[in-house]
Amino acid sequence: SWLWLHQCGFDPPHQSDTRTVYVANRFPEHGHYIPQRFADNRIISSKYTIWNFVPKNLFEQFRRIANFYFLIIFLVQLMIDTPTSPVTSGLPLFFVITVTAIKQGYEDWLRHKADNEVNGAPVFVVRSGSLVQTRSKNIRVGDIVRVAKDETFPADLVLLSSDRADGTCHITTASLDGETNLKTHFSVPETSVCQSVSQLEALHAVVECQQPEADLYRFVGRVTITQQGEEIVRPLGPENLLLRGARLKNTKEIFGVAVYTGMESKMALNYKCKSQKRSAVEKSMNSFLIIYLVILLSEAILSTILKYAWQSEDKWNEPFYNQKTEQERNSSPILQFISDFLAFLVLYNFIIPISLYVTVEMQKFLGSFFIGWDMDLYHEESNQKAQVNTSDLNEELGQVEYLFTDKTGTLTENEMQFRECSINGIKYREMNGKLVPEGMTGDSPSGSSPQLVIHINNHVKSVPFFHRVSVQITEELLFLKAVSLCHTVQISYNKSESWLGGDPFSHTNSFSFSHMEYYASSPDEKALVEGTKRIGVAFTGCSGDTMEINTFGKSEKYKLLHVLEFDPNRRRMSVILQTPSGGKVIFTKGAESAVLPFATTGEIEKTRLHVDEFALKGLRTLVVACRHFSPEEYIAVNKRLTFARTALQRREEKLQQAFAYIENNLHVLGATGVEDKLQDKVPETIEVLRLAGIKVWVLTGDKHETAVSVSLSCGHFHRTMNILELLQQRSDNECAEQLRRLARRIKEDHVIQHGLVVDGASLSLALREHEKLFMEVCKSCSAVLCCRMAPLQKAKVVRLLKTSPEKPITLAVGDGANDVSMIQEAHVGIGIMGKEGRQAVRNSDYAIARFKFLAKLLLVHGHFYYIRIATLVQYFFYKNVCFITPQFLYQFFCLFSQQTLYDSVYLTLYNICFTSLPILVYSLFEQLVHPDILQAKPGLYRDISKNSLLSFWTFLYWTALGFTHAFAFFFGSYLLMGEDTSLMSNGQMFGNWTFGTLVFTVMVITVTLKLALETQFWTWMNHFVTWGSIAFYFIFSLFYGGIIWPFLHTQDMYFVFVQLLSCGSAWFAIVIIVLTCLFPEVMKKVLYRHLCPTSTQKSQVITSRKAVRFTVVNIRSMTDCCHCGNLLNNGIHFCNVLQSLREMLRVALGFVE
Amino acid sequence: MVKEEQEESPNRPDNTAFTQQRLPAWQPILSASIVIPMFVLIGAAFIGVGVALFIASRDIQLQELDYTGDDSAHPCYKCRSSTEKCTCSMTFSIPNLFKGPVFFYYGLTNYFQNQRKYGASKDDNQLYGDLDYFKDPSSSCDPYTLDSRNIPIVPCGALANSMFNDTFSLSHVVNGTQKIVPLNGKGIAWWTDYNVKFRNPSVTPLINAFNGTKKPTNWPKPAYELDTTDVYNNGFINQDFLVWMRRAALPDFRKLYRRITHDDYVNGLPAGNYTLTIEYNYPVYSFNGRKKVVLSNVSWMGGKNDFLGIAYIVVGSMCVVMSIVMLIVYAKFKFAEDD
Repeated sequence: SWLWLHQCGFDPPHQSDTRTVYVANRFPEHGHYIPQRFADNRIISSKYTIWNFVPKNLFEQFRRIANFYFLIIFLVQLMIDTPTSPVTSGLPLFFVITVTAIKQGYEDWLRHKADNEVNGAPVFVVRSGSLVQTRSKNIRVGDIVRVAKDETFPADLVLLSSDRADGTCHITTASLDGETNLKTHFSVPETSVCQSVSQLEALHAVVECQQPEADLYRFVGRVTITQQGEEIVRPLGPENLLLRGARLKNTKEIFGVAVYTGMESKMALNYKCKSQKRSAVEKSMNSFLIIYLVILLSEAILSTILKYAWQSEDKWNEPFYNQKTEQERNSSPILQFISDFLAFLVLYNFIIPISLYVTVEMQKFLGSFFIGWDMDLYHEESNQKAQVNTSDLNEELGQVEYLFTDKTGTLTENEMQFRECSINGIKYREMNGKLVPEGMTGDSPSGSSPQLVIHINNHVKSVPFFHRVSVQITEELLFLKAVSLCHTVQISYNKSESWLGGDPFSHTNSFSFSHMEYYASSPDEKALVEGTKRIGVAFTGCSGDTMEINTFGKSEKYKLLHVLEFDPNRRRMSVILQTPSGGKVIFTKGAESAVLPFATTGEIEKTRLHVDEFALKGLRTLVVACRHFSPEEYIAVNKRLTFARTALQRREEKLQQAFAYIENNLHVLGATGVEDKLQDKVPETIEVLRLAGIKVWVLTGDKHETAVSVSLSCGHFHRTMNILELLQQRSDNECAEQLRRLARRIKEDHVIQHGLVVDGASLSLALREHEKLFMEVCKSCSAVLCCRMAPLQKAKVVRLLKTSPEKPITLAVGDGANDVSMIQEAHVGIGIMGKEGRQAVRNSDYAIARFKFLAKLLLVHGHFYYIRIATLVQYFFYKNVCFITPQFLYQFFCLFSQQTLYDSVYLTLYNICFTSLPILVYSLFEQLVHPDILQAKPGLYRDISKNSLLSFWTFLYWTALGFTHAFAFFFGSYLLMGEDTSLMSNGQMFGNWTFGTLVFTVMVITVTLKLALETQFWTWMNHFVTWGSIAFYFIFSLFYGGIIWPFLHTQDMYFVFVQLLSCGSAWFAIVIIVLTCLFPEVMKKVLYRHLCPTSTQKSQVITSRKAVRFTVVNIRSMTDCCHCGNLLNNGIHFCNVLQSLREMLRVALGFVE
Repeated sequence: MVKEEQEESPNRPDNTAFTQQRLPAWQPILSASIVIPMFVLIGAAFIGVGVALFIASRDIQLQELDYTGDDSAHPCYKCRSSTEKCTCSMTFSIPNLFKGPVFFYYGLTNYFQNQRKYGASKDDNQLYGDLDYFKDPSSSCDPYTLDSRNIPIVPCGALANSMFNDTFSLSHVVNGTQKIVPLNGKGIAWWTDYNVKFRNPSVTPLINAFNGTKKPTNWPKPAYELDTTDVYNNGFINQDFLVWMRRAALPDFRKLYRRITHDDYVNGLPAGNYTLTIEYNYPVYSFNGRKKVVLSNVSWMGGKNDFLGIAYIVVGSMCVVMSIVMLIVYAKFKFAEDD
């Protein structure tokens, strides 16, 4: 599926808050009617048309500061007389712009194609009494659309009717939010009878609803149906709306009226621009660029000033041999000055390399493939590999200092398993499909104390002999019924293939339990329903408003009157049912803090105690409660609910009030404990990350006991840790006091490690006033756990850390929709491909299948990307200083006349051809340390933390190195040639171009070899491009200098290079200058390695030793080379070569294929 | 609209050395154990090469004669400000045999042939013998494109216009008589310049090609009269012209004037007294320039140049010293890999 990244900020103008849709576009014949304008059903994800492509694309490209800079340089070159021809900057710019334009044009063409496919898809629409086939783009708001099974909805439709009598249909929204469960959508009874075209033709209905908005789960509207002159008003909610992009399931066909079309559909509104994240490397790159810009400007200004200082003397200003034209003499000095300044700017502009951006982008784009390709990040069971959503942040993976992780689904499997429950104050465990009270073992189901061992299967029918037991059985039964009824689980009756395949309703009659599978948006609910089914109270189906359960073989039907849906603020959900005996009952389940305060009867205290005990074991807890309504009560309840549901204004608020009114006076039935298993290798991963210097924070919505116990079991908290608590703070002062107390405790006792537990409420207090104090406490804790966090609070915590004075790099990892805000807020957002939909994955920068993959992603890939890009950036600046400084120095010897030292072609090709590939290959393949070692020694991650390879001092080192080398190139050549002797054995003299070419040759070789010195990992490609680049330079120069070029107006370079190479002194000079530049580098490396080796360098030694050992092992296993194993000293090398040759061949062949 | 994600695509990544970033690679480590022997070897080699280069350079003989004439005692003093044709001569002696072949250079200082406008002030098409550009020279030659009457100048431009026009002759005092040392004006310019880059228009006689053009203002005679004796040294392929047209890189430069290759002197200039006669035309006084004549012989590596020899010796010794330093470090701190 393709993303519409470019549909940002689509916001059609709305005249009013609601839109009125006349079903089938039957407008009222009388009365005033103002036609509203709606968007058509065309989806436009493309960005350009044929006509606006060129201007729009160019405009967008030149909005990038680098492109704009080069455009300015190019224009300056066009306008004034500059030392280099406009081609030198125009050509690379043209190249970059064209390549980008082609890429974007191609992508847009693909989008056009996809759009056309979508817009041209055939759909059936009811028009003038018959079903008409038309194209999707022709659907108008108000059209009645027919959608058949397994088709996607072409627009946002309000369901009118389905082929089922109750007017419901099942859909899946997998492509919208990733939730794969079946959802039931409803139609209002008045329209659900219109199951044929003719009936629909007779339907007079008006839908009023809110204007389009992006929230997928919000829809407020009402439908007014006119029947026999009587107007019936029915509320419409999200359960009536079929979203574009969702797919019809288990239902033969439906009719719906289009309410939001085309770009106004919720799906289209949801494809938003992602916020642009910039990596730390990019930021430092930009600040380095500014420094270089300053260098450039000051060099240009200095040159201009010196030029005028020289020119103040007439003999230099206008010697007899170089007179000025009249025009030059008469031009205004200010203009002259400006144009000289610009000319110097042009002369030195290459110091800011255009190719840096191109190379960085290519490196990021190509380099990011390695993440997806990594076998170690591939999850066998779920067949998922790592996914890269943005390649801009690769190197940031190597810089993480704080890691924020969600708990459920991230640290845990999110595979819920019903384990324990508490009913009426007695704790039970589930064992082999039986509930066993605490203290009993499952092995003795009807053991020694029959009054406590309640084995429902045996006892439910027989009359119990103890009254207490019988009460308990009733309570148990009620509890189990409540659990099996209070949910929104769907059932799919599939046989063997995937549930999406068959048509379950075709064999409804023959279904049995075993074919039944539950689908729920919440894994807890699913676990609970499955749990009760195992025990004997099975939810068997829901048809229309009837819920059916099978209680120990006896089927019972409950009429579903209302569902009070779950929402994160209330943290509970309820169903109102009519029991088979006709009574009205509400079952409520939710977080203990959301239910127990509203309970009045039942074993409240015991239940609370049990819930805490469950939580301590790391179980997820829910409290179940009920309330029986008297008929009068129910009437009031029903009225309030219906009123709130039909409200057009402030419906949510009214609903909340109604819910609060209803969910009260509850009778506690019990609590459930659901286990969520830890993911594989979570403790190890957390330990490794901690060793790497990354602080791990767990942010969860769970209650504090659960969170702490999971934290302990996953190694986030240690048993030896001193756990500090900041919980249930009610007021500002109290919170500040507690914070100060904690800070004192940390100070007093700094030997031991501290862990901090904070809950959401206390956190918001702490953040409001005492941010600094809080941060202080947090930083001295080695582990922080935040529980009871709302999604936005998670993001807030991330932002707090992100904006703290040290500006640490943060990484957030999560799997659910509630983690999206945190994922988007953090520097790097990682989505876990879990069970809670794909929203987190969609909004993340990288997505992985399991938490444990983080270790390799950060420690290996992060390390690789960081050293690669950091060296890339530094090297680019270095090589451009080397490139331009000799030009600057030359000005001192040519009266600041802006004479270039190198030929224009060399100026143009230096960055594009001669020095581009080695650094690109380096930046794709470099490995300082073997990946296994990186993972085995997480401490190496600290070596590169805090952007150390791009610190100001390293930058200064590289820049200084660039200047030193440039001086060496220039003055080396100067000393050779400046003594104005001939270098040729025939006594002839060289000219200025030979001088420049000598400098250039030395430079290309030195710069390439400098990178070779930096390279630690020499694959055949590195060899190829390194030596190939130097060879290419020689071959190209011979070719370029060997021809009188017909279209060039000067032939300055003709045979210059050959003449240079034909003299021995030049060769000697090249060798000595290159080696003089590189020797100090070698020295420095060796001395550093021996005097103060970094841990990275130490590990390199291990790597190489290990490599030898590996080789030995491999050699032994190779039959044709086994004798080498004995002759280690001589043999290893030979075999090594043999093996690498083989490997190389294999790779080369793979490439050809 | 939204593509189906149903079919189970083979999601498993390829397990190749390339995709798993496990390409076979050479992972050299620059440690003392490798670098010390390397430095010693390279250092020794450099010192050897340096000594050889230094000796080669030392053997080259050089005779430099400044004839600017800014000192009133100098024989060329009179010519310094003279506008007339002026000749002066200088005598010098060569103590030992000046081994041949001897190269005769003239040198200028403070002369900026490397100025951008000056260097660009030429028309390569014209010099390639393209007659179209005789009529309409490139504007890069301004203000040396057209004369005051708008007649095109050929060859145009400041570079050609400022061609060096002092001439020299050298005589050997043999038994009190002046014996002219024959100077060979061939082979002083690059072969490719002479044969390919510069060409006379294929018009005979050459003078016809220059119809409707003017000579450069500073030139005493037009291009087609640069060497009337030799048709292959005339016009744009006159070797003195070619030598001048190859711009010097730096403000103090030497240009090859003649070679002494004649039979009597093919082995060099014998010891004795010589007279250099200068026809002094070229003004350098205005920009404090100096003019000189240099006699030099060359080795396989060119003229006298101590730089390379010294550089090799210095760098070579540095290498050796550094390897000793590293050895000390190595002995004291041991290998990093030992812990």
